[in-house]
Amino acid sequence: MHPFPRLTMRRALPGLLALLALAGAALADGGDRAARLPLLPKYQQECAACHIAYPPGMLPAASWQRTMSNLQRHYGTDASLDPATAQELTTWLAANAGTYKRVSGQPPEDRISRSAWFIRKHDEVAAATWKLPAVKSAANCSACHTQSDQGDFNERNIRIPR
Amino acid sequence: MNQSTITRCVAALLLGGAVLATGAQAVAPAEILAGYSAQAGAPPSPARGQQLFNTRHGGEWSCASCHGAAPTQAGKHASTGKAIGALAPAFNAERFTDLARTDKWFRRNCNDVMGRECTYAEKADVLSWLLALKP
Ligand code: HEC
Ligand code: HEC
Ligand code: HEC
Repeated sequence: MHPFPRLTMRRALPGLLALLALAGAALADGGDRAARLPLLPKYQQECAACHIAYPPGMLPAASWQRTMSNLQRHYGTDASLDPATAQELTTWLAANAGTYKRVSGQPPEDRISRSAWFIRKHDEVAAATWKLPAVKSAANCSACHTQSDQGDFNERNIRIPR
Repeated sequence: MNQSTITRCVAALLLGGAVLATGAQAVAPAEILAGYSAQAGAPPSPARGQQLFNTRHGGEWSCASCHGAAPTQAGKHASTGKAIGALAPAFNAERFTDLARTDKWFRRNCNDVMGRECTYAEKADVLSWLLALKP
């Protein structure tokens, strides 16, 4: 009975699995890779309770840093975290920021939904559609991007509510 | 190494393993309630808890705005529309099993609804009411 080999396996296994998932995702779709980055479990846990886990690649590092340092006043709600968790997430977000191919500059209010590329990509969405009860807000990606909780924003998986 | 040192080592290893496996130490909702009541220094009142939960406290939202007046069912976030699993433990086994998570949400949500953190007595009241909701 030696505890060490099991412990090492336990540590190594998640890393190996993450690597495999990463390789799989990279092979599956080159273009979408930035959005489909495997999410840090803690990010999924802490930042997807009130909305989808927004892809880190869709904002620049400076926007994430500002967001993370102001969680107590987060778009009209208190999303505060303990300092250690906040620091861990900030580091991870900054390391994976800005990889989406169209990100340039810091959008107003540090909102993905106010980025220049976002407005361009959505210029065919009618003004009335944004106001539908099932949509309400451009930040509500999952109202139309049915797989966005998986980081998938592919056109194939868009359903506009009526 | 004598017998008791070995026992202690084994116990520590087992505990460490359990913590590693579950990530956080699981507790029962009743233990969290007992902790809050002890801090409050008075027995909780489910009726007061229900009252707190269903009234607005000067702001835009009550607790029920997101959790529903009957938190035995899934709620819906008042601004984002995201579904929120039922809050009453008898209807959602994950609720009130992780003190840090429970404290985090009490802190945030009381702040949003009441403009301040809830007291231990208020948290005990709300939890005692939620625990009284049965299928
Ligand atoms: C307590 C609820 C809550 C939690 C927890 C939360 N958020 Fe938010 N978040 C919101 C609300 C509400 C909005 C505004 C949504 C809207 O405008 O429709 C928002 C908006 C955002 C936006 C802007 C979306 C856009 O493009 O318009 C970002 C980015 C964001 N959140 C990141 C995060 C991160 C990172 C975390 C984790 C540290 C987090 N959120 C945790 C409630 C929350
Ligand atoms: C009202 C519905 C709706 C909402 C809400 C919405 N989108 Fe979109 N999205 C669309 C439509 C429609 C397109 C355009 C698809 C096309 O070009 O044919 C699109 C395109 C995109 C694209 C480009 C996809 C590609 O393959 O080029 C991205 C990325 C994207 N959206 C991200 C987001 C994000 C992130 C959010 C939330 C912050 C969001 N969308 C919210 C409807 C929506
Ligand atoms: C703006 C929406 C909103 C309001 C208002 C709100 N909550 Fe919540 N609450 C949430 C969300 C989101 C969660 C986390 C959901 C999840 O874990 O899936 C949550 C979780 C909780 C939890 C965590 C339970 C656990 O241990 O898992 C407690 C306790 C709680 N809320 C109490 C309250 C109380 C008390 C009020 C009123 C003072 C209140 N909430 C008002 C959105 C809200």
